[in-house]
Amino acid sequence: MSQLLTIASEEVQNPLVPPIPELVIGLIAFVIVFAVFAWKLLPNINKVLEERREAIEGGIEKAEAAQTEANSVLEQYKAQLAEARHEAARLRSEAQEQGAALIAEMRAEGQRQREEIIAAGHAQIEADRKAAATALRQDVGKLATDLAGKLVGESLEDHARQSRVINRFLGELEEKAEAAR
Amino acid sequence: MSADPTQVLAFETDCHIFDGCGFPAPGLHSFLFEPLWGDADSNLYFNKPMLLALLGSVIVIGFFWAAFRKPKMVPGKLQMVAEFGYDFIRRGVVYETLGRKEGEKYVPLVVSMFFFIWMMNLWSVVPLAQFPVTSIIAYPAVLALIVYVLWVSLTFKRHGFVGGWKNITGYNKDLGPVLPLAMLIEFFSNLLVRPFTHAVRLFANMFAGHTLLVLFTIASWYLLNGIGIAYAGVSFIMVIVMTVFELFIQALQAYVFVLLTCTFIQGALAEHH
Repeated sequence: MSQLLTIASEEVQNPLVPPIPELVIGLIAFVIVFAVFAWKLLPNINKVLEERREAIEGGIEKAEAAQTEANSVLEQYKAQLAEARHEAARLRSEAQEQGAALIAEMRAEGQRQREEIIAAGHAQIEADRKAAATALRQDVGKLATDLAGKLVGESLEDHARQSRVINRFLGELEEKAEAAR
Repeated sequence: MSADPTQVLAFETDCHIFDGCGFPAPGLHSFLFEPLWGDADSNLYFNKPMLLALLGSVIVIGFFWAAFRKPKMVPGKLQMVAEFGYDFIRRGVVYETLGRKEGEKYVPLVVSMFFFIWMMNLWSVVPLAQFPVTSIIAYPAVLALIVYVLWVSLTFKRHGFVGGWKNITGYNKDLGPVLPLAMLIEFFSNLLVRPFTHAVRLFANMFAGHTLLVLFTIASWYLLNGIGIAYAGVSFIMVIVMTVFELFIQALQAYVFVLLTCTFIQGALAEHH
């Protein structure tokens, strides 16, 4: 009970009236904090935050630039590759065409040569045969007339008769040759 | 046993329930301290809240000094935490209300004010200290006074003498006959009541919080007798719950204080209609 009386009797200060010394200390305490923050610490950290922001943005920009370059190089390579493929295909088809043309040409040439040779052979044979036939006819005719003249002793000057006789003789010869074959 | 309740902690008494002694309830005397040095009757003295205030400044500066003295591009843990707090106030309070351009100037004030108040509030739950400095009206008052001087001078600087008064009294021709009444109310509300409520909001929250903590703490001790022990347990749980709640309120009130500061500055800089 005495305690309560002591409290009641004590002159309790109004809690809403600030005592001067505490105001002063409060002001000092806050001003110190504010001063150190404003003078040193916040400029310090702001600088670093700004640097970091720049570094990050710079990094992003760099990465973007690298990406763009890589993309362009890739495009270039792709274009080059496509071009090379195209070129190769073109060369291949060209070579094929050329090869085919060459073969066809060769074949035609060979054919032509073969035919030429054959034709030449035929002509030669024909000519030889004709020449041989002519020469043989003359020789045989002459021999036969000579022989016949000698044998019969009569001149077979009558041309018509002469020819007839020769032809008949030759015909017989040819028949003989035919039979002998 | 001393008769002066300001000198007696609840635990130093042998006073328990059923011992025929009354409950030593906390009251205004819980917020009075005998000077550690000097004479309370003169204006030259030094007491526990003053010590805590100065010590709090040292702690705030020490923490941020350690974190921001040599800041690194890639922050360490301490710097990261400090940066988070700094960025939270700068972005979430200053830029949000004042904008980046106008607000930049006031960042140091608002940031230092927030962490200063928070530290002063935090003393409430720091063992041995266990007293929120801001529950002494002088500390919120001096901060509110700084803000008051700042925004009033900014108003007149920005708008000139007549424009400044128009801004403070909310001059608006469209109000017609109600205008004088509106101006009178605005004048009282802005110029006279505002700094008072600004300071008292913080003070009263911390005062009430501390009173509750002291109440439950004393009760936990006082009830430790006989069947009272059961109630003491409940009371002690309340101490823990209230401590957690106070931790929340301490940060919240510091935040509210600086948010209002920014709002006042913003009002001072805004174009009057």
